[in-house]
Amino acid sequence: MHRLPVETVTTRLNHAIDPSLHIWGWEITLYLFLGGLVAGLLILTAALELTRRQRPTSAALQWMPLVALGLLSAGMGTLFLDLEFKLHVYRFYLAFRPHSPMSWGAWILLLVYPAGLLLALGSLPETTLRRVPLLGRLALRIAAWSQQNRSLVLWTTIAVGAGLGVYTGLLLGTLTARIQWNSAVLGPLFLTSGLSTGAAFLLLCKLDAVERALLLRWDLAAILVELLLIAAMLLGFASGGASAQLAGAALLGGPWTAAFWSLVVVTGLLVPLAMELLELRRHLPLVALTPALVLVGGLALRAILLAAGQDSGYRLLP
Amino acid sequence: MSSKRYVMVVDTRLCVGCKACVLACKSENNVPDGYCRDWIVEDIFGIFPNLRAEIRSERCNHCSGAPCVDACPTGASHVSEGGVVLVSHHKCTGCKACIAACPYDARYVHPDGYVDKCTFCLHRVQRGELPACVGICPTRTLHFGDANDPSSEVAQLLRTRRAKVNHPETGAEPNVFFLT
Amino acid sequence: MPLTRRDFLKISSAAVGATALASGLTSKIWGLDGDPVANPGTDGDTVVPTLCELCFWKCGVLAHVKHGHVTKIVGNPAHPLSLGHLCPRGTGGVGLLYDPDRLKKPLIRRGPRGSQHFEEVSWDEALDFTAKKLLEIKEKHGPEAVALFSHGFGGSFFKHLLNAYGSDNVGAPSYAQCRGGREVGFQLTFGAPVGSPETIDLENSRVITLIGSHLGENMHNTQVQEFATAISRGAQLVVVDPRFSTAAGKAKYWLPIKPGTDIALLLAWMHVIVQEKLYDRDYLEQYATGLEELTAYLLDKTPEWAAVETGIAPELIVETGRFIAGARPASLIHPGRHTAWYGDDAQRARAMAMLNALVGSYGRRGGFYLPTKLGVPKYPGVPAYAHKPKPAPDKPKGVAYPFADETLAHGLRDASFPGTAAYDIKGWIVYGTNLMQALPEPRKTIAAMEHLDFILAIDVLPAEITGYADVVFPEATYLERWDDVAVTPYKEPYIAIRQPVVAPMFDSKPGSWIAKELAKRMNLAEFFPWEDAGAMVKKRLEAGGFDVAKLKKVGVHVAPHKPVFIEEGLEPAFPTPSKKIELWSKQLADAGLDPLPKYTPPEEPPAGQFRLLMGRTPTHTFGRTTNNRFLSEVFSENELWLNAAIAQERGLQNGERVWLVNQDGAKSGPVRLKATQRIRTDCVFLVHGYGHKSNGLRFAKGRGADDAALMTRVRIDPLMGGTGMNVNFVQIEKVTA
Ligand SMILES: Nc1nc2c(c(=O)[nH]1)N[C@H]1C(S)=C(S)[C@@H](COP(=O)(O)OP(=O)(O)OC[C@H]3O[C@@H](n4cnc5c(=O)[nH]c(N)nc54)[C@H](O)[C@@H]3O)O[C@H]1N2
Ligand SMILES: Nc1nc2c(c(=O)[nH]1)N[C@H]1C(S)=C(S)[C@@H](COP(=O)(O)OP(=O)(O)OC[C@H]3O[C@@H](n4cnc5c(=O)[nH]c(N)nc54)[C@H](O)[C@@H]3O)O[C@H]1N2
Ligand code: SF4
Ligand code: SF4
Ligand code: SF4
Ligand code: SF4
Ligand code: SF4
Ligand SMILES: [Mo]
Repeated sequence: MHRLPVETVTTRLNHAIDPSLHIWGWEITLYLFLGGLVAGLLILTAALELTRRQRPTSAALQWMPLVALGLLSAGMGTLFLDLEFKLHVYRFYLAFRPHSPMSWGAWILLLVYPAGLLLALGSLPETTLRRVPLLGRLALRIAAWSQQNRSLVLWTTIAVGAGLGVYTGLLLGTLTARIQWNSAVLGPLFLTSGLSTGAAFLLLCKLDAVERALLLRWDLAAILVELLLIAAMLLGFASGGASAQLAGAALLGGPWTAAFWSLVVVTGLLVPLAMELLELRRHLPLVALTPALVLVGGLALRAILLAAGQDSGYRLLP
Repeated sequence: MSSKRYVMVVDTRLCVGCKACVLACKSENNVPDGYCRDWIVEDIFGIFPNLRAEIRSERCNHCSGAPCVDACPTGASHVSEGGVVLVSHHKCTGCKACIAACPYDARYVHPDGYVDKCTFCLHRVQRGELPACVGICPTRTLHFGDANDPSSEVAQLLRTRRAKVNHPETGAEPNVFFLT
Repeated sequence: MPLTRRDFLKISSAAVGATALASGLTSKIWGLDGDPVANPGTDGDTVVPTLCELCFWKCGVLAHVKHGHVTKIVGNPAHPLSLGHLCPRGTGGVGLLYDPDRLKKPLIRRGPRGSQHFEEVSWDEALDFTAKKLLEIKEKHGPEAVALFSHGFGGSFFKHLLNAYGSDNVGAPSYAQCRGGREVGFQLTFGAPVGSPETIDLENSRVITLIGSHLGENMHNTQVQEFATAISRGAQLVVVDPRFSTAAGKAKYWLPIKPGTDIALLLAWMHVIVQEKLYDRDYLEQYATGLEELTAYLLDKTPEWAAVETGIAPELIVETGRFIAGARPASLIHPGRHTAWYGDDAQRARAMAMLNALVGSYGRRGGFYLPTKLGVPKYPGVPAYAHKPKPAPDKPKGVAYPFADETLAHGLRDASFPGTAAYDIKGWIVYGTNLMQALPEPRKTIAAMEHLDFILAIDVLPAEITGYADVVFPEATYLERWDDVAVTPYKEPYIAIRQPVVAPMFDSKPGSWIAKELAKRMNLAEFFPWEDAGAMVKKRLEAGGFDVAKLKKVGVHVAPHKPVFIEEGLEPAFPTPSKKIELWSKQLADAGLDPLPKYTPPEEPPAGQFRLLMGRTPTHTFGRTTNNRFLSEVFSENELWLNAAIAQERGLQNGERVWLVNQDGAKSGPVRLKATQRIRTDCVFLVHGYGHKSNGLRFAKGRGADDAALMTRVRIDPLMGGTGMNVNFVQIEKVTA
């Protein structure tokens, strides 16, 4: 007698659960994307300053922490939009659930604000700060503190940013019920992708030549690491047991294969990789296209893994 | 906290897939149209005329290592009396992390905005009644009780009959058992 | 890849200690953070016991009422037919009560017959008009020209009304289209019909043989309960069905028989049992006649012979024959119920009865019990019916079905064609039966109605038949009315009552009220001397010395057990002419019919066509619940079961929609295709009761396929006039956009 059922009939038809799960849509895609991007922006802004051992001179970098916080707020906005019971949103902050990545995330999001603000106050010129109404004096005092304890501030920013970046991957990676997300690569992958999109975002801004060159190198490294991580993930699927293979099927010959390879791998990684190499070697003038592609790729990565992963439940296994 | 461990034992030899359990649950628990807390799966194995059937009445497994509870950021999903996994409506944000975390897809978003699923009818069990689905089942396929009480019917069934759980490899340690 | 959740849990566990305190504190500080167990609050303020009418089994239910609203319906533990458990349909009374499509007001037809065009009128107008029409028919054609089609418990008041009016022409499709063949087969053999509930002791059977009876899909509550009890006690099943039914899925032996060849199998089994003397000799010697004739007759009915006919290997026939005999006397060959299959149904039922006799199961534990029942006095002072009606004209002129012991519903229909029967039927009263789906040859039903002076339909829903009526009365549902006392012959003697749970919704009225109002208007008021049905029931119960208050509270009264088995000391009576079990039937011989069941091979479906079989799905009762939105949540339309290999051969996809066209060009559907391993290649299967055409059934209309529309031919049972319906062939047509 065959081990696998040849016919299965189920009466269950719960909306958004059956016939396949699709509880999270564009809101969470954007949330994850923006979370990664903000993580990248904060880490890179801090890292640039650490590397150059001087406060940023370009206005873009001075303002970047605040821009990042703005983007983060937008991300939290989309998360809020996804909540089915929006009035209960305060419940995230009545508890800390150590086993819940979502809970960690909620609290990390809160930590990012003071860290980002501290960084920003230490970066912005005094003239600008003076113009802040009412809080001007307080802002100046914090700015002074931020400058005096600069390396603490920078490393804190990097730590919080890393937490945020890893969290966006861990959120999915710990949901092992979705066998496709059940991969240790997901956390590092999302962090690296966050760094890469962060770099791309910065490259779209007006920077000085040194900043630009550093960022290009870092982005190249990030893209390479990302490619390696994706390869590791796919290898894991291909060489794993039945469930891993099933999880990989969506990306290796399944419904999401075309989108994944064309949007994420080629458009988001390989093409930018080539163009950035060219730019470094031949000193070609930078075009805005490359970073834009990286951003598209980063968004697509999240959209595709989010959708394909939801689809990959145990129900698909015998 | 008591040391009870409530479990359900489903005798697949008896189940005829009539769905009375599904309908009884819906009316007992006011489950909204288009949703269900329990459901029937009919598996057919083989090729005509060498066939075998297995019919299961399924629901939340009230897992001992419930991933849904772990995933919940607010504590809305929690472990209640006897290991029963419940959702406190007033704490639920509808973030759906628990839905994504459940390997058995046992949860759904109630139109009122909170996440809902089988409660093992704890409101009935607390006053000494059986869950609605167990009570209605015309074939007495469904058994409910405290597995930690060796004299309970469920404990005896689990001792004397061959039992399995759905997808043990999830590591969630389900507490709904299927007798074959 | 490692389980990242596990890792995460490990890491995060370190944080637990530190944070547990904090998070515990926050919950405390923020207050109101208990986790009370939510109560959905569906328990009633009052709980009223009554009797279910989602099918005809009459299980005891408890209806929960909260703020005047029925919230849920559960089983009545005190009632012997439900024992606290219900079939899925029983839970669905709420969906009937609150069906938005219910008939709400009396209707009088304004358009042509069948146009479904009605005007809402007052009860007075509708009742006056109806009474006038009925009196006109009585005057012109005599009272027998009015026929009552009635199925369901509430019909008793209309039967009483019709008898008082002067006609005895009451028919239900539950005879000639259903149990009739079986009742006659058993009556001829044991002297008594099987009845409803079937007098079988399933729960104590050790081997249960099902000839098509698809228990588990056929969801008669008590039977399914006992069926499961038997299985859990270790009973084994032999299931004979062209389809891998739910029961087949639990069977030790599933015999996917070629449809229509069961008699050959039954004869071959008897051949094995008789040849090998596996029968119950003492039992047969004591109670039966005709074993010698049977033995001689069976000589050539070998397993090899049957194998060719049935498609079941001879060794398997021998093995199962021995297996069935091996468990005697607790070996039950289930008598079946819906037996109107091939036109030789009474003979097939007889073969089943004889097999039961050979294993000595009749009157034995695990076989058939001999039922007992309680007596409840008639209502005092109701006059005797004045008129002695003429016999029913339910057979064509010159035709006799000698063993029909109930009126043939399709026969009454056919007598509406002028001049074809002993006398013409001119008016119909249709209570609780949807003749358009229950009778085969629906076009004939429509044509018959053309000849009628008057049609009255009493229903709860705008079923197809109401669309053809001149007057439609909206009846209150079973949850809103009293009916008569239920006296059921059963294993345990008991009586039960149906009482209202809530007040009638809309302008609906109990059938008892309608019948009484009509009687008043036809000068028959003396036949309805009671205030209302509730008062009538009370008086009858009081006259019988029953505790009325207690009955209202408990819903049922069960009397002490009386012996129903030979093992309990009961001396069985076989009210046949010989007072014995008649294996060889003199009655049949005298009527010029086969005294022993004869096998006739069924006609083969032409190439490209399939024999259409039908049956039940557990969540619905015929077409009567298909508009019930609550029940339909788990089963909203029927599907055409087709063997998967054939589907593939034909390029038909599982789930695609197809039309069915039968041998006479009748079409039904479109219906979803279920390509499945679970059925033979020469037949297809539909759940009965779909493909509604009534505009009023807004949910059910157009869902699935109507099998009745494809029953354009029948094979009539020569013993009792039953309409064999599994004799239609269909071809499958793709739906092209
Ligand atoms: N093609 C085909 N024909 C068949 C069968 C089949 O399988 N296929 N099966 C046969 C069998 S086994 C049987 S028993 C018969 C059954 O045939 P019917 O006795 O006609 O049964 P239903 O089709 O359920 O019709 C019941 C009608 O009663 C109405 N009703 C429900 N409750 C009430 C009530 O409380 N009061 C009133 N006044 N009306 C009510 C419903 O709305 C519906 O219109 O059909 C037979 N005919
Ligand atoms: N849920 C539910 N339960 C019901 C009803 C309902 O409407 N819904 N109706 C009730 C009533 S009134 C009745 S009469 C019963 C009817 O229920 P049953 O008497 O149990 O069933 P049938 O309708 O006679 O037969 C259907 C089965 O017979 C098989 N069959 C068809 N042709 C053949 C054949 O040639 N040989 C053999 N051996 N098998 C064959 C079919 O594949 C199918 O499985 O159900 C009762 N129970
Ligand atoms: S009520 Fe019982 S028999 Fe019916 S489907 Fe549910 S578990 Fe199975
Ligand atoms: S079955 Fe799903 S919802 Fe139920 S306890 Fe287990 S993980 Fe949670
Ligand atoms: S949806 Fe509700 S129960 Fe589920 S994880 Fe979010 S807050 Fe917890
Ligand atoms: S235990 Fe209660 S809530 Fe759970 S499936 Fe059964 S009836 Fe529904
Ligand atoms: S068998 Fe089901 S539908 Fe029929 S009376 Fe009983 S509970 Fe009601
Ligand atoms: Mo029937």
